[in-house]
Amino acid sequence: MTTSDVSQSGDASETGEPTRRDFIHIFAAATAAAGAGAVLWPLVHQMNPDASVLALSTKDVDLSAVPVGQAIKVMWQGKPVFIRHRTEEEINEAEAVPLSALKDDSARNANLPGGEEATDDARVTAADGEARPEWLIVVGVCTHLGCIPLGTSAGENRGDYDGWFCPCHGSHYDLAGRIRKGPAPENLPIPPLEFLSDTVVKIG
Amino acid sequence: MSHASTYKPSTGIEKWLDKRLPIIRMSADFMDFPTPKNLNYWWTFGGILAVCLVIQIITGVVLAMHYTPHVDMAFNSVEHIMRDVNYGWLLRYIHSNGASMFFLAVYIHMFRGLYYGSYKEPREVVWMLGVVIFLLMMATAFMGYVLPWGQMSYWGATVITNLFSAIPLVGDDIRTLLWGGFSVDNPTLNRFFSLHYLLPFAIFGVVALHIWAFHTSGNNNPSGVEIKDVKKDAVPFHPYYTVKDGFAIVVFLILFAAFVFFNPNGLGHADNYIEANPLSTPAHIVPEWYFLPFYAMLRAITFDIGPIPAKLGGVITMFSSILVLFVLPWLDTSKVRSMRYRPVARMWFVLFVVAAVALGYLGGKPAEGTYVMLAQIATAYYFAFFLIILPLLGILETPKPLPRSIAESVLPKASKPETSAAPGAPAAAE
Repeated sequence: MTTSDVSQSGDASETGEPTRRDFIHIFAAATAAAGAGAVLWPLVHQMNPDASVLALSTKDVDLSAVPVGQAIKVMWQGKPVFIRHRTEEEINEAEAVPLSALKDDSARNANLPGGEEATDDARVTAADGEARPEWLIVVGVCTHLGCIPLGTSAGENRGDYDGWFCPCHGSHYDLAGRIRKGPAPENLPIPPLEFLSDTVVKIG
Repeated sequence: MSHASTYKPSTGIEKWLDKRLPIIRMSADFMDFPTPKNLNYWWTFGGILAVCLVIQIITGVVLAMHYTPHVDMAFNSVEHIMRDVNYGWLLRYIHSNGASMFFLAVYIHMFRGLYYGSYKEPREVVWMLGVVIFLLMMATAFMGYVLPWGQMSYWGATVITNLFSAIPLVGDDIRTLLWGGFSVDNPTLNRFFSLHYLLPFAIFGVVALHIWAFHTSGNNNPSGVEIKDVKKDAVPFHPYYTVKDGFAIVVFLILFAAFVFFNPNGLGHADNYIEANPLSTPAHIVPEWYFLPFYAMLRAITFDIGPIPAKLGGVITMFSSILVLFVLPWLDTSKVRSMRYRPVARMWFVLFVVAAVALGYLGGKPAEGTYVMLAQIATAYYFAFFLIILPLLGILETPKPLPRSIAESVLPKASKPETSAAPGAPAAAE
């Protein structure tokens, strides 16, 4: 055994050619690495959202219970979603904001292909491409460090721009959920929305 | 171990076992380990930390018998421990205050290592293993704080896991992987409980390596001079340091007990007695006191650095503040270990302690106005100390003359260490 080892390695160094033994070594190591990877992946992937979590990834909301001028919070994927039934004045106020006044000019609407400007219309467009200005639906998680902004329930501080105000580090959002002042970098995102009827929306 | 074994198995059973599993020999050599005879009380924190780890593991294992890691029951099960379980209040208060005591001791232990140059050749591995232990401690403490499922648990977990979303490209996927969902929720609580139970045993393992490493290199000591003559410079660990460490541990436990019995919630936050509510954020999210310096550094980066946005910059700064410790042995260019003999370095070190404490204070204040500016200055100094001051001082500073030996550093100047060999050592030990 020892002598054959010596003669084999001697051959390799003489000719510079890989030997059969080199091939076996590399092949065995590669097989072990592939096996280790195949075992490792389930151990990592088990941490990702499971089937029961994914099953709750959409939510149907009946909007008929929300009167004009009021807003509600619903839970979607463990996060609050703000639904505001905007008044005429509120819609006009949001539409009147020039793009130059925005800190983040991207629409951040999951129902649009991406890259749109954050006009009020782009912020209220659902998956069918139709804008419904009376319904503003945004994910209610501050884009700074994940706090829940105030302003949904009656009597809460709605900030300097009449939308939402995050008490953690003082971010102000306007009536279209756009960041106007404070440390938050982005507008509140619009979740995927599908209007199943005039009064029922599917989030997610 | 690096010294010759002096263990002589006396009984038949000991002789039999010594040939098969020399575990008594290992323990005997451990107790007999030649230890520098000039170690001061700053050196007792190693033993104190070992006690802290054991207290946390024992109380933790017991608490886990009564705790339920489910979002609907976790908060109530902690109240159940506090009100119904026999001595549950005591065990939980020991465990929660034990975390604070653990960090208090580890910070003193680390500052001692910095001051006396314990990270320098040949103890780089001792130091780096210590930094690994510190990182594991932080992960364990963070996940443990989430378990009671109070408002600070929930929102602290939300803010800290959101930090990972700052990583370019894969940040959001990593965050989802940590959460096991789309927000901090039941899967998150479950895995944090599992890991919180696991990591202390990982710490235990790394502590064993840490001790093994300095039993190979030998202890550093306040003079920073190596042991030259074991008879003159060292004493056996037992009884000299078992007694000294033991006394320090008792004093430390008095402080510990003062918190547990007289102010058990003094170091905590009142909001954590409100059950977690994903729909309502507390007005101020503050981490536990031992994380405040790092939290201050995270929030100090309020500006974009070139292509790096402020949020990512803060995360990089926070993690770098600990990673820089790994390379410290190679950043400090001075050959002299102890700052007793480095008058200039000593002043910068005092300023470093001030900056670290200031960061702790600022981390608990709202991130606005002067607080942010002060945090930025302190953060800049923190990094300058490691990256600029220590590398330069090794070249620029003229250290004071070093004692020729440990014995010479502790004996009165009049006595000549060369002549008083045999009676010198026991006299100093008394």
